[in-house]
Order: sequence, then C-alpha cells, then structure tokens
Amino acid sequence: MNSQEILNQLPYSEPFLFVDEIISISAEGINGEYTFKGDAYFYAGHFKNNPVTPGVILTECMAQIGLVCFGIFLINEEQIERVNFALSNTEIDFYIPVFPEEKVKVISEKIYFRFNKLKCKVKMLNAKDEIVAKGTISGMIINNNQQ
Amino acid sequence: MTSEEIYRKLEPIIKTYLPEDISAKEINRSSDLTRELNINSAHLVDIILDIEDVFNIEFKNEDMEQLRNVNDAILLIQQKISI
Repeated sequence: MNSQEILNQLPYSEPFLFVDEIISISAEGINGEYTFKGDAYFYAGHFKNNPVTPGVILTECMAQIGLVCFGIFLINEEQIERVNFALSNTEIDFYIPVFPEEKVKVISEKIYFRFNKLKCKVKMLNAKDEIVAKGTISGMIINNNQQ
Repeated sequence: MTSEEIYRKLEPIIKTYLPEDISAKEINRSSDLTRELNINSAHLVDIILDIEDVFNIEFKNEDMEQLRNVNDAILLIQQKISI
C-alpha cells in the first residue's frame, strides 16, 4: 500500500485534515508531514491577536499521522477493509509552540498492535528538528464488517 | 494453579481498569467485563496484555471471542497455563 492510497482512505476532510504527506512507512512505524495553514479557523481565536497552534490540534495531527495513517497501513496488511478509528488515550508533553505556516514532522513508532488496539510512541518535530511534542497515543480500530 | 489462585491474581488487574463509577466490590466471577463492569474495549485489551505478563501466556484473537466474564478469563488462563 503506497502513501497516496493511505491518504485517500483517511476519514478526514478540511478543515480537520492534518496530514500532507507520508514520508516513510513500515510495519514498525511511520513518518509524515503537515504544514499548518495560516488561515486555519482556530487561529482566529487561539489566541486573540496572537495565533498559536492549539495543543489539541498538535495532538490531532500526531494522531492522524501516527495512529490513523499508520493503522490504515497495518490493517491493510491484515486484509481488513472498512474500518473506523476511535482514539482511546493520549499522553503528550508539549515543548515548543507551533505558529501559522510552520511545517512539522510526525514520527510514530509502534509499541504494540494487538486485538485491534494500536499504541504508539509519537513525537512531533519542527522545521529545525526541535522536539515540539512527544508522548504516547493509542486507539482502537473498529472493524465495520463485524458490526 | 487453582481457579482460586488465578482469581487472586486476576482481580487486582481488573481493578486497575475499572471506571470510577464501578466499585471493586462489584467484581465477582460472573461479572461481565464490558456490560457490568463497564470496561471499554481499549481497557479490555490492556487487561489481556497484563494477564499475559502476569501469567506468562499468550492470547489469540479467537480467545477474545470467548471472553465475556471473569470466569471465562479464569478458564482461558487455566487452559493456557496447562499447555
């Protein structure tokens, strides 16, 4: 499964899609990129006259690349077709703010993928390769065929 | 290992993942893990992984289908330990 096929299967659209590109992917991990758009809706209110990317949006970007894109790849290897994702846990520390138009890289490593639960160690780096955020994210992959 | 010994090791594992509105006193052998103890599917996986570590056994996907209540877990553990 190539990167474009994974992106096509993502269950998100604007204004809540936070994946531009998948740089590399394997059974052990994924590496992807996203550039925050200067006109994204949340900058109007976070903060007043001082746009900074909200931590929840950074977390979302980390989850979309590190868990959902990765999960789509992993389940494709198991030949499961229609699936939904449910976030079950996040534990993230934030280190550096991310401003509008900044490009970030998300690197996710599998801790385990068992019984449809995917748990990963995920970090986000900025264009200078400084660590913006890191932690663990886990989610359940829900197989629609079983419902 | 007797089912009593298994239960003594299993109970604290389940307790860890109980939601706040469920008291540990409600755990008994017939407790349905998801319906009665309100353990969600993600935590059910955590329980299985902890059981694997504590009892040094491995669960397969098919085993999950048989796992509804505490007694099912005890039986599965017993089967796997004796292999």
